[in-house]
Amino acid sequence: MTTTTGPVRTATAPPISSQVRDYFERVRGGDLGALPAVIGLVVLCVVFASLSPSFLSPINFANLFTQGAGVTVIAMGLVFVLLLGEIDLSAGFASGVCAAVMAVLLTNEGWPWYLSVLAAMLTGVVIGLALGSLVAKLGIPSFVVTLAAFLAFQGVALILLDEGTNISIRDETILAIANGNLSPLLGWLLAVIGVVVYAGLQLIQAHRRAARGLVADSLAVIAVRVGALAVLSGLAVYVLNLERSRNPAIISLTGVPIVVPLIVALLILWTFVLRRTAYGRHVYAVGGNAEAARRAGINVDRIRISAFVICSFMASIGGIVAASRANSVDPNTGGSTVLLFAVGAAVIGGTSLFGGKGRVLDAILGGAVVAVVINGMGLMGYSASVKYVVTGAVLLLSAGVDALSRKRASASGRR
Amino acid sequence: MSQAPVLELRGIDKSFGPVQVLHDVAFSVYPGEVTALVGDNGAGKSTLVKCIGGIHPIDSGEYFFEGEKVHVSGPRDAAAMGVEIVYQDLALCDNLDIVQNMFLGRERRSGLVLDEATMEEMAAKTLSGLSVRTVKSLRQHVSSLSGGQRQTVAIAKAVLWNSKVVILDEPTAALGVAQTAQVLELVRRLADNGLAVVLISHNMNDVFAVSDRIAALYLGRMAAQVKTTEVTHSQIVELITAGRSGELGLPTGNGASA
Repeated sequence: MTTTTGPVRTATAPPISSQVRDYFERVRGGDLGALPAVIGLVVLCVVFASLSPSFLSPINFANLFTQGAGVTVIAMGLVFVLLLGEIDLSAGFASGVCAAVMAVLLTNEGWPWYLSVLAAMLTGVVIGLALGSLVAKLGIPSFVVTLAAFLAFQGVALILLDEGTNISIRDETILAIANGNLSPLLGWLLAVIGVVVYAGLQLIQAHRRAARGLVADSLAVIAVRVGALAVLSGLAVYVLNLERSRNPAIISLTGVPIVVPLIVALLILWTFVLRRTAYGRHVYAVGGNAEAARRAGINVDRIRISAFVICSFMASIGGIVAASRANSVDPNTGGSTVLLFAVGAAVIGGTSLFGGKGRVLDAILGGAVVAVVINGMGLMGYSASVKYVVTGAVLLLSAGVDALSRKRASASGRR
Repeated sequence: MSQAPVLELRGIDKSFGPVQVLHDVAFSVYPGEVTALVGDNGAGKSTLVKCIGGIHPIDSGEYFFEGEKVHVSGPRDAAAMGVEIVYQDLALCDNLDIVQNMFLGRERRSGLVLDEATMEEMAAKTLSGLSVRTVKSLRQHVSSLSGGQRQTVAIAKAVLWNSKVVILDEPTAALGVAQTAQVLELVRRLADNGLAVVLISHNMNDVFAVSDRIAALYLGRMAAQVKTTEVTHSQIVELITAGRSGELGLPTGNGASA
């Protein structure tokens, strides 16, 4: 590899074989990244597909997305808090409170959907501001602050819903979020645009770097990445565009569920923020070494607070998606296992509980694992009790992998 | 050499609650020179450095930079003037790569987006300007670097900003013999490039190897600031341990009667 020495640096793209070798070296050194989640996902899919034939049916495939969407969105927000080495245990009930705000305004007060959604999101932001300020300014451990909020928000949801009534949602737009589908044509169009834009951005970046004499990705690596994205998205759109109605004569059910582009949009947004902006860089820095970040002039408190704001904001979107899927909001929305599944999703995907390491994509991969476990076990007729035990075991396993890979990484000098 | 000091402190007092750490400290730093700051544990070296860097506000006293009186109220003020501190614990983020660490808190942007290419170019230029040849790739994580390499990155980070004063807090404390020599060579090169370098060290060999001046702190007071060529090893040790050595040093021990 060429680097720093001499006035003339001949930057040639490293051959693909050396990149593959580097990757294996990283994995051996303990930097597993998303590998456990991807392997787990493949293994789980093979197991469930062989045990239950309906697992691979188009309708179940679509169900996986809508089932996992709420938890995944919350997990994406949690990544920010986890990156700082903090935790937000209240994200689940925060999503419930935001969903309740939306439902009350929408159904009881007759507000239009966009204002109700805006109010719910605003509620999320305010919750995040409060939690983040308590953690950053007063210095209360986030575990305690959000545990207290976890209890308090259950009460707030009950108050909003008049001691536990169930408010149904009838607004078409809100219902469409988790229940509607894109037209097949639009699905293909979005997929093609996505792949083309991705390829274009990759090529432009490589070209620019090469033009300035910096080490750039080789065409082969870019081709592999773009090809993988094209195959995966093409396959997904194809399957989702198949007819999945049980009775196509009466009602046709095809197309990519609307939650899929929603999640992809959020993924792109937050990945951009984390990887391409100074703010994202500072989030990683605070998670890696808060003292170093402070000395570099980064306002650590502001970063902390903003991470909680993003987390609670994403929780509000997760709550809206959950409410849309359930067609109603009740005091249990965002309750029971939602939070643990969300934390599990982030951690399973490869986000470290110790801070400083993680991607928004991890939350989606982990969310997929969680969704597949619940869905597959449901199809095989296991009761809720077994599902809880298995999901708990998966979470523990992933946290164990995280801790072990960290140990291994510090032994091999990478962390 | 009758050059004016680039940074000068006069009559600095600093207390933490009831404990007064710095008493009426005067300290000057000259461009193109390595000024060693020595003193026993608890003498106030780190506090003095943190006051210079704006981490701790000073209680009273005057702070001159390039002849002008300034008020430093935070690390950013100090950095804006061109004062950079490389701390003992280096203040690097293990989970970021070399370029990301060097630009931490001062990232180059084009619009909203980070300008990675420019940052990488500048980092490469700075490292080659310091004749650093030990790092393999600028995009490797700091966690995979050796102690000497980390020190190099931390120092390169400090000089990246056309800084005028670079303060190094025990840069060789945790290093082996070869790496210590490398870092000292780098320190000397910084001064030869015209920077004012402050070197905090406990190692007298290092101090005499690279410094032009030596400032000795004793229990929060500046015992003496002398040219390295005019003192001996044992005189400095006496200044550090007793606050005085012959005609040098504090008048009467610790203010008590002789």
